[in-house]
Amino acid sequence: MLSSSARRGAAVLLSAAVLTTLSACGAAPDQKSGGADGAKSVQPGAATSVADFGSLEALAAAAQKEGELNVIALPPDWANYGEIIKAFEAKYKIKVNGENPDASSSDEIAAVKSRKGQKRAPDVLDLGIAFARSGAAENLFAPYKVTGWDKIPAAQKDADGRWTNDYGGYVSIGCDAARIPTCPQTFADLLKPEYKGKVALNGNPTKSGSAFGGVYAAALANKGSFADIQPGIDFFGQLKKSGNFIPVESTPATVEKGETPISIDWDYLNAGYADQFKGKGVDWKVAVPTDGVYAQYYSQAVNKEAPNPAAARLWLEFLYSAEGQNLWLKGYARPVLLPGMTQDGTADQAAVAKLPQVQGTPAFPASEELDKAKATLAEKWDKALS
Amino acid sequence: MSSTTDPRVAGGTRRRRRGPRTWLATLPLLTFTGLCFGIPLGAMAYGAVTRTEPANGATRLTGEHLARSLQGPYLDSLIGSVQLSALTALVGGVLGVVIAQAVVTSRSAGLRSAALTASGVLANFGGVPLAFAFIATVGISGVVTQLADLTAFGWNLYSFTGLAVVYLYFLIPLMVLVIAPALDGLRPQWREAAQSSGATGRQFWRHVGLPVLAPSLLGGFVLLFGTAFAAHATAAALVGGSVPLVTLKIADALSGNVLTGQENVALALGLDMILIAGLVMAVYLPLQRRSARWLR
Repeated sequence: MLSSSARRGAAVLLSAAVLTTLSACGAAPDQKSGGADGAKSVQPGAATSVADFGSLEALAAAAQKEGELNVIALPPDWANYGEIIKAFEAKYKIKVNGENPDASSSDEIAAVKSRKGQKRAPDVLDLGIAFARSGAAENLFAPYKVTGWDKIPAAQKDADGRWTNDYGGYVSIGCDAARIPTCPQTFADLLKPEYKGKVALNGNPTKSGSAFGGVYAAALANKGSFADIQPGIDFFGQLKKSGNFIPVESTPATVEKGETPISIDWDYLNAGYADQFKGKGVDWKVAVPTDGVYAQYYSQAVNKEAPNPAAARLWLEFLYSAEGQNLWLKGYARPVLLPGMTQDGTADQAAVAKLPQVQGTPAFPASEELDKAKATLAEKWDKALS
Repeated sequence: MSSTTDPRVAGGTRRRRRGPRTWLATLPLLTFTGLCFGIPLGAMAYGAVTRTEPANGATRLTGEHLARSLQGPYLDSLIGSVQLSALTALVGGVLGVVIAQAVVTSRSAGLRSAALTASGVLANFGGVPLAFAFIATVGISGVVTQLADLTAFGWNLYSFTGLAVVYLYFLIPLMVLVIAPALDGLRPQWREAAQSSGATGRQFWRHVGLPVLAPSLLGGFVLLFGTAFAAHATAAALVGGSVPLVTLKIADALSGNVLTGQENVALALGLDMILIAGLVMAVYLPLQRRSARWLR
């Protein structure tokens, strides 16, 4: 109802904001060149690495001048984001404005597009990989390479630095050992008659990234490949037919209630449930199925027209520092720099020990393979399940 | 009406004077409708028939989104939504009328106000809380399911039938609310007159009651259909993608973490929904106009 009049107001605001940013842009270089730090001076919005600022301290100073950082879609109980934001605020004295914590990746992209040039536009984005790729193709992100850039595997970053994978996890099977005598360890196990009416996904795979990961992993477990997700769809069709699969979306509420005693979800969410429900009659066990190993990472990107460009870059530097990476680790997520950190001893060993066990290194689908899998899923999922 | 009996004399001037003033009075309403329905509808229609290339930002006209929205899983979801809405509106409408009639004819004022208040509350109880209430009571490990061993009777909440039952939970009270005033309008004198002319109860309903109630019944059906057709959160929490519904498809395409670049198909689906709602209204409006005069 309000949207139309709000949109008009937004248009007025937008033009005002454009004017102010334009004049601000004109003024910024003068201040910079007049500065006495003597380091390479570049507009924060054009900086592609910390070297463009001279040092991390110079970057922090520029960010503090801005004083704020707009983030979107960061739920405090997801991968420890609550603590990460608090630590960043305390360390750099920068106010983090969180917006719509439960937003989806497409909401984030929509916010970037619709608030171009406004002060309220998000500075940094935490995106599903498909949206990181499509957003880069639409030229929405500013290229930026964090200090640890070289240690990130090539498959986990955009060559130009427009997006970089940050943290992720494996598809896992969470299971309430208080209700299920023997917990399933593999996808093949899930077909056993003893799990009738017990297996759920975290959402609808045509919408939820983790549920999509579940179907992808099931495909790998059933002679499928990154390019061929059909066996995964068939697997869930079979689960549905045998009555094992329940289409209810598993949430903390359904897990606690016992309605979804077996839930396929990211291992960091399942591991988090184990903590959350300890002592509430739920004995939540997490297994990464050995027959369908699938990992997926989320990506960070900087809004090309970020209202706080220096703070946005400082946020990335913080996330990819040992401190930031360890905070994700504390939330059971696997930070992208973990292999290197395990080698040089900066990884939080206690947190590493608590992660569910996985063998081998993860592989990632190519862009075209992912697109193909999604198209197949959108076309076939409903039919297979109804 | 009086102007038809004395044409020309006073009618002309009066009408002319009234004309602009009536216009002025409706202006706020027209502005409101234009802004709040017109602009979104226009934006939706525009998005449904155009496509912007991500690479260069060029926009061109295309029928591809509308065509896609009427194929494959999208078409299935439209059909699924219409089936579910029609069935629940029909069942909810019939049960609602029966309950409302019982409440209206009972002499207890307490029962009447209690039933109407409860209906007012229940008709607005929806979304995820309702879904979870059902999960907790008649889900697979729900309290009632366990106690009464419902699974043995083939009960499954996460199916088309289960969803229909959940929808009825708020549709029946809604029908009670909208039909009770119409039942009140059914004057006792008419029944007495029918009886003293020797009509049976069945004849009364067949020739007097139902024809008089028809527009309200139809209106109630349309309202229920629309409510069920547009419902989203309850279904999303209960059945995910396993019962194809158009609102779920729109949500998948518009605000998901998986499918990219499907926004225009979602807008096309929205347009399809408006067309279907329009068709239902097109059947309802003329019928209502024909028989509404009985209930003045």
